[in-house]
Amino acid sequence: MDFLSPSTWEEALAAKSAHPDAVPIMGGTDVMVELNFGRRRPPALLDLTRIPQLRDHGPDDGYLRLGAGVPYTTIIERLRDRSPALAQAARAVASPQIRNRGSVGGNLGGASPAGDAHPPLLAVDALVELASVRGVRRVAAREFYHGPRRTARRDDELISAVLLPEPAGPQSFSKIGTRNAMVIAVASFSLALDAQARTVGTGIGSAGPTPLRAIEAEKFLASEFDWDGAASPSPATVTRFGELVASAARPIDDVRGSAHYRRHALSVMARRAVSWAVTDYRKEIARCA
Amino acid sequence: MESDIILRVNGREWPLRVDTRTTLLDALRERLGVTSPKKGCDHGQCGACTVLLDGRRINGCLVLAVACDGSEVVTAEGLGTDGELHPVQQAFVDHDGFQCGYCTPGQVCSAVGMLEEVAAGWPSAAGRPVADTPVLDDAEIRERMSGNLCRCGAYANIVTAVRAAKEVSR
Ligand SMILES: Cc1cc2nc3c(=O)[nH]c(=O)nc-3n(C[C@H](O)[C@H](O)[C@H](O)COP(=O)(O)OP(=O)(O)OC[C@H]3O[C@@H](n4cnc5c(N)ncnc54)[C@H](O)[C@@H]3O)c2cc1C
Ligand code: FES
Ligand code: FES
Repeated sequence: MDFLSPSTWEEALAAKSAHPDAVPIMGGTDVMVELNFGRRRPPALLDLTRIPQLRDHGPDDGYLRLGAGVPYTTIIERLRDRSPALAQAARAVASPQIRNRGSVGGNLGGASPAGDAHPPLLAVDALVELASVRGVRRVAAREFYHGPRRTARRDDELISAVLLPEPAGPQSFSKIGTRNAMVIAVASFSLALDAQARTVGTGIGSAGPTPLRAIEAEKFLASEFDWDGAASPSPATVTRFGELVASAARPIDDVRGSAHYRRHALSVMARRAVSWAVTDYRKEIARCA
Repeated sequence: MESDIILRVNGREWPLRVDTRTTLLDALRERLGVTSPKKGCDHGQCGACTVLLDGRRINGCLVLAVACDGSEVVTAEGLGTDGELHPVQQAFVDHDGFQCGYCTPGQVCSAVGMLEEVAAGWPSAAGRPVADTPVLDDAEIRERMSGNLCRCGAYANIVTAVRAAKEVSR
């Protein structure tokens, strides 16, 4: 197995172009499991840990630019105000040791439907930046997930960053698992409100072949939400939102949970997310008044 | 493919030729005879292989040795100074923070890394608002040590030991 260890981004892109079958490795928390258990025997590994810009983060034209290799720990520690839903998801990933290495770029590269970063990226309408020797393009997270572990990324491309819009309203992430640490989600849900555009974003994890949006639920809540005063929505509205989220899921029965349970869990998480959003929204109004 | 690397382990430099597939954990145990990090699962679940890599706690089984070329690795063997146990190690002894001891080197490294994270103000990972300043109560210790399993179930005393070590370090 070849080990390619570029020290610049240009070298990395050239290496990926010359060896499209080389497997990129950042935090290694997915790749190493596959290697140690012989599930994958790639002809080459492309080590991305020596490329400084992959660990950078900062403002970029109204977005927060998050280098693909920024570990979860940094997101929790430094970026929780700039990316609340993603920071909450980052807290829920695996264990402290794994959060010190694992990255959003790696979550996107593996594109497991259970990955915790995906629902927030969908809910906030983030962009995924893909780069190759041919150039750079940005794909909406909402267009990124194509099928089970299949994405918009082409073989010669690397993920360079994700771009998160400035938060414009309450955001949340929740996850159901058998315990707090080290669990792959049975189901997860993220909600983001945009008070300026008066739109609602959602993301569903671990309840379909890819991470999903609940588009009907988004439209419904956007039209029902009291954007001026954040009056509590009626119980019927909240229940309906939960049902619409659950019906957008395409879950299966597996070792972690039944399809029925996953739908139920999603409706509960969705209802709670609405009540948190109302509370946060009111606080925001009170602060601005 | 093989690569020549230099591993700095517990303050000593080791020039080494490794197969590129070798994990840091295997390099430490099989090549350098540094056997305190244990291989409990080889896939990130148990934390028995926890070491400090450039000061941060990580799972030795999830890192390639080649990727550690030039980095500083500290294992349980390297925590103490001049024949003295590190305060965290001493606390584990004083409070019976183990039974068989298999998970202990990983627990101890994890606790050392964790106490530094708390001192640096890293926020809570327990079910509290992210913005709260960390308070190291028992629930918080449990959450922050959640990457380390103990098959003997010595958790109660591990929590006590970590709490005691935190008192000493204050
Ligand atoms: C014990 C354990 C528990 C876990 N628990 C969770 C959990 O609770 N939630 C969760 O979401 N995940 C979990 N994971 C999975 C893993 O930690 C995450 O998916 C993490 O985000 C992977 O990031 P990484 O940087 O380590 O990726 P790597 O392992 O380095 O890479 C992952 C994939 O992405 C590709 N890749 C990496 N970087 C790039 C790039 N820049 N461009 C293109 N492709 C790239 C790799 O080729 C590989 O296919 C767990 C893993 C373990 C071992
Ligand atoms: S051996 Fe590394 S976590 Fe279990
Ligand atoms: S003391 Fe035996 S595994 Fe922890």
